[in-house]
Amino acid sequence: MLDVVNLSHTYGKGPSAHQALGGIDLNVAEGELVCVVGPSGCGKSTLLRSIAGLIKPTAGQIRIRDVAVSDTPGDLAVVFQDYSRSLFPWMTVGDNVALPLRRRGGDRAARRAAAADALEEVGLAAAATKYPWELSGGMQQRVAIARALAYRPSLLLMDEPFGSVDAQTREDLEDLVLKVRELHRMTVLLITHDIDESVYLGDRVIVLKKSPATVVGELSVKLPFPRDQIATRELPAFVHLRAEVGRLVRGKDPFRPFQA
Amino acid sequence: MTTTTSRAGRHAAESGTEGGRRGLLGVLEQMWLIPLVLVAWELGARQGDSIYFPPPTTIVTHMYELWFSGPASHLFLTEEAVDNLPPSVGRLLAGWAIAGVIGVGLGIALGRSKALSGYIDPILEFARAIPPPALIPLFIVLFKLGTQMQLATIVYGVIWPILVNTVDGARHVDRVHADTAQVFGLGRRQRLFRIILPAAAPKIFAGLRLSLSLAVILMVVSELVGATDGLGYLILFKQQSFDLAGMWGAMVLLSILGFVLNASFLFVERRVLSWHRRAQQTT
Repeated sequence: MLDVVNLSHTYGKGPSAHQALGGIDLNVAEGELVCVVGPSGCGKSTLLRSIAGLIKPTAGQIRIRDVAVSDTPGDLAVVFQDYSRSLFPWMTVGDNVALPLRRRGGDRAARRAAAADALEEVGLAAAATKYPWELSGGMQQRVAIARALAYRPSLLLMDEPFGSVDAQTREDLEDLVLKVRELHRMTVLLITHDIDESVYLGDRVIVLKKSPATVVGELSVKLPFPRDQIATRELPAFVHLRAEVGRLVRGKDPFRPFQA
Repeated sequence: MTTTTSRAGRHAAESGTEGGRRGLLGVLEQMWLIPLVLVAWELGARQGDSIYFPPPTTIVTHMYELWFSGPASHLFLTEEAVDNLPPSVGRLLAGWAIAGVIGVGLGIALGRSKALSGYIDPILEFARAIPPPALIPLFIVLFKLGTQMQLATIVYGVIWPILVNTVDGARHVDRVHADTAQVFGLGRRQRLFRIILPAAAPKIFAGLRLSLSLAVILMVVSELVGATDGLGYLILFKQQSFDLAGMWGAMVLLSILGFVLNASFLFVERRVLSWHRRAQQTT
């Protein structure tokens, strides 16, 4: 479904140039949920922005369903980390969700209905006439997820989607993603710095290392569905996987407890 | 420019949340000085007994006789009021509206296109530096003496705050908002009307409000030069015919006009930008 081939990106030119991506290869199969995990500032967001067509990578190729894309792909949705800046504060929640649907055709009533359905799916049926800033952070991120759902993308990108919410909300939102993804057989690429989250959510985890970002490892997560916040996380397989991902994220640095 | 709006907004929100009683008291608290000043003025003017400084009661009675004692069919306006008030207000609003349309349109274009603003910005900086009244002689030559020249003066004078604020607002659309618009493939029209304009609206309104008070000033200035009607003309005419109470009256009319315009504008702004005010309160 998605193929990223030898993707490189360098910010700036000359001596101050900073290479963020150093030749990344990855692929996501149809209906798969792949988590990309790596330390903060390792270029994860650059990777996502390249796939979304928000920046032009300096080298490499991105293919969706075997078609090379250079601009923003037509049926791609993104859930950004910063929900408060991603939702438009001058529109109601319902209008926020319905706004991108014009492209999908259908009249106003049909778009409204589609938005209402998506909001119901994320448990916010009653919030359509509210404004985003009247909702809590977790609810705002649900709206952003509903907007992506209503858009019916063939590929959903999520950029640290739960990085700005509290732990309880985070677990709820993780389960929401698993639920809607199951329901719509969506293809998802989720970027996170949270090792546990990547294992809990993913069918596969891809680990990046820092500056420039390159793939250092890839793990298949063969944990049973449906996943459960308590039961899944206490499985020996889960514990083992997170240790392995953790080791890959840390790199080969030896354990040095007395150094800052 | 932005501080004025946000302060006004906050103020409105405060009186809104603290209930009507507190709001009324607040108004009284702010208003007590006005009657005091009027009484002092009245006493001072009577004491001084100068024809140049008639007491307020004389001015008000004179205003009534001159302009507000007309027939009911004319909303009690006299002929002199009908001849001078509507043309003034009309030119003011028309000039302001024209400047608004041009200023917002051009401002959005300049704010969204680096290439365009690169070419045009320096020219604008020079044009902006000319005090608008200095252009009146040019406008008199270019346009007919009268409405055209007055409109040109008002438009030229009031367009800058609108233009500068719109450019600023359009240029600083939040990056995540812009990214979201691009990712979800919003069309040009949707981007303009649903994203850029609303995002820039708080700045645009700040500019429009400044321009509105500038428009009053330029309306008067343009009417002081070779006009045959309007409030500015009236002030000059009353002065020249030694009707000093009438001259003062026209000035009072002007201040009432300015007050009403500003209050109406704030009323509209408060409604249009209510999302902005309330969103800022929650974050």
